[in-house]
Amino acid sequence: MNTVWFMVLGALLVGYAVLDGLDLGIGTLHMFLGRNDNERRTNFQVIGPFWAGYEVWLLTAGGSMVAAFPRLYAASFSGFYIVLTLVLWLLLMRGGALEFRSHMKSPLWRDFWDLIFSVSSALLAILFGAAVGNVVRGVPLDAAGNFQGSLLMALNPYAVVVGVLSLVLLAMHGANLLAAKTTDIQRARARTWAKNLWYAVVALTVAATALAFWARPTVGDNFQRMPFLFAIPLIAVASLIAIPIYQNREQFGKAVYAGAMLLVGLMGSAGASLYPFLLPELGSTTGGLTIYNAAAPKHNLETAFAAIVVAMTVVIVYHIYIHRVFAGTVRASAVDHSY
Amino acid sequence: MDSSVIADRVHFASLVMFHYLFPPVSIGLALLIVILKIQQLRRNEDSDGAYARAARFWGRLFVLNFGAGVASGVPMEFQFGTNWARFSNAAGGVIGQGLMMEGSIAFFMESIFLGVFLFGEKKISTKMHAFSAAMLSLGTILSAYFITDTDAWMQHPVGYALGQNGVFRLTSLPAVLLNPFELWEYLHTLNGAFVQGALLMAALGAFYILVNRHREFARICLSLGLIVGLIFSITQVFPTGSKNGEAVVKYQPTTLAAMEGQFETQAGAPLAIIGMPDSQHSKLLDPIYVPGLLSYLAYGSPNAPVKGLDSISRNLWPPIEVTYYAYHIMIGLGVVFILLTAVGVFLLWRKKLEYNKWFLWLLMLSVPLPYIANEAGWVVTEVGRQPWVIYNLMLTSHANSVNVSTGEVIFTLIGFMALYLVLGLLFLLLVGNIIAQGPDEPGTQNPLGIDIEEKVAA
Repeated sequence: MNTVWFMVLGALLVGYAVLDGLDLGIGTLHMFLGRNDNERRTNFQVIGPFWAGYEVWLLTAGGSMVAAFPRLYAASFSGFYIVLTLVLWLLLMRGGALEFRSHMKSPLWRDFWDLIFSVSSALLAILFGAAVGNVVRGVPLDAAGNFQGSLLMALNPYAVVVGVLSLVLLAMHGANLLAAKTTDIQRARARTWAKNLWYAVVALTVAATALAFWARPTVGDNFQRMPFLFAIPLIAVASLIAIPIYQNREQFGKAVYAGAMLLVGLMGSAGASLYPFLLPELGSTTGGLTIYNAAAPKHNLETAFAAIVVAMTVVIVYHIYIHRVFAGTVRASAVDHSY
Repeated sequence: MDSSVIADRVHFASLVMFHYLFPPVSIGLALLIVILKIQQLRRNEDSDGAYARAARFWGRLFVLNFGAGVASGVPMEFQFGTNWARFSNAAGGVIGQGLMMEGSIAFFMESIFLGVFLFGEKKISTKMHAFSAAMLSLGTILSAYFITDTDAWMQHPVGYALGQNGVFRLTSLPAVLLNPFELWEYLHTLNGAFVQGALLMAALGAFYILVNRHREFARICLSLGLIVGLIFSITQVFPTGSKNGEAVVKYQPTTLAAMEGQFETQAGAPLAIIGMPDSQHSKLLDPIYVPGLLSYLAYGSPNAPVKGLDSISRNLWPPIEVTYYAYHIMIGLGVVFILLTAVGVFLLWRKKLEYNKWFLWLLMLSVPLPYIANEAGWVVTEVGRQPWVIYNLMLTSHANSVNVSTGEVIFTLIGFMALYLVLGLLFLLLVGNIIAQGPDEPGTQNPLGIDIEEKVAA
């Protein structure tokens, strides 16, 4: 059951990265891919119906972490206190930008929120990536399983590289979606960005993988012990190859799916190398919070699992429905609406 | 209590009280929008009809309010871990169930159908649009259940076993979900949200009549707001309020004593209508009493003994003054709401409402009152439970994070305050903007939605 919950939590986090990653990526490129007000409103309309639902993936992952691994939740959230508060402030500002921007016609007002939207999206992408990097690297846990993490500690070289990879990868992911959902010159611009960002994604993926062995020398051990796990990084490699093929065939919808599989492969590999650790101790091969010592009792896990399976099945139905309603390309009309 | 716990408590109180300005309005307005959409369907109106335009107007206000609620709600979920790590560590396995279900069952329902409601009016049929409003409303009602249930467990823990390591183990999820404390606490909370939404709607209607704009729309707002408001103002007191009070009497008798300023245990306890508690000297100053009424309300007999604060040690007292005043403010406003809506419905029935300027002014100026009442209700609940975070099991002073310093807490508190101040002011500015614009005029054909072209090969 503990292993199952490890995978459920992983799946929720990957789900968040894949879906809200699109929004964060579009946000990062918002100023470049939307050169005038109509184009920027188009960007907002592409994500408008979806972003709130996508953010709930993060909340559900958080709620699941409390239910299944309370010690992990308590230690990591209090340990990364300042970094997490920063994430919250950025989420608040990004939400404000999405909500407020189109309520006023003043160009000053709109430019201001456009800037807030881009900067907060980009910083969130970096911080989420850096968080993954720090978890893989490990944190200085004390005997009670607590730590006091500073901002400087969180920004070690490995975590920074993973953070930048996250920024670039999500930007490409978002650009792929814009290339699929927009028209004319905006589409052409998104296409160029998506194609060029791919090179940066490849270079940073190689760099992050190499640095992972420096940050945590035992990162490959699980793969040696259980060779079938190599299938996960293979997904990432296959997706990396598939993305430019789809892009060149003008199949950007498929490129979005390939980008999603790339996130599955990369985050899955990180998860596979961690297992059974949830939050390893820095510089130790045995210490840290594992799926056993951080887990809630067995009955809690079973009950929560039943609930989450039922709930997420329904959630997937919702997602299919809303995507069908809003299928097709988007172009903001000159008449102003709520977005 | 050391300063770090005080900092954490101020942090929590500030964030949660800011947050709670929004959810009741969302819950209340969602229900009212559903009623408007049903009226639209019953009258066979297209998207240009009076009820369709009214639903759209309230939809615009709703989404702004909902967004503020979501944005300020995310920090709440994170805060259990960041500031209250010892509490999360001990109770996470139990309270996490509610938090997880709130996210996976309710929040997804709300946010997805909000997307459909807000962006889809052009794309889907009126029936589907009304359905998405109904699902949105259901989502808000469900999310209130799960989060109040989490609180109910902290008020009256059930369905758990306490391990030697101090960790609470869930033994029965049905017991936690059907906590006897939960049912009336939830209905009272939910009902309060409906009152708030209805009074807001009525107040805006009064404003538009007074400035002589959008009269047709204003009439819809007034009649719907006042009728719904009257119904729920009554159920706010009976049965939900009195039943919730009975649960407090049963499970937290000393909290009742703090709410009522009852310092001594006494048979035939009187009810103080008014008075100022003096906790240093354990007495109520300048009280006006109704003899025997407290005993009667709490136990159904005017001679029944009522437990006073003297039955527990002074260091287990909740903050008396805060609990007492919050409770009395809530009760007083509850009575005001009944009077206000009853008079309003009477004038509506006599068809005199639109010409009664005095009353319209009163109604318009009452906007802040339900906000105060709902906040005060939660202050009673949360402050009244002190010094416990989990009643009789875990002290609040043992619940905060040990690896977060007071300085860090104050730093983030200042940041949140600054951010909330700015976002709050901008929120008010935009609400004012929407109100100044008013609902769509008939014939503008401006359904909610985004511009989607025909599907092209992706």
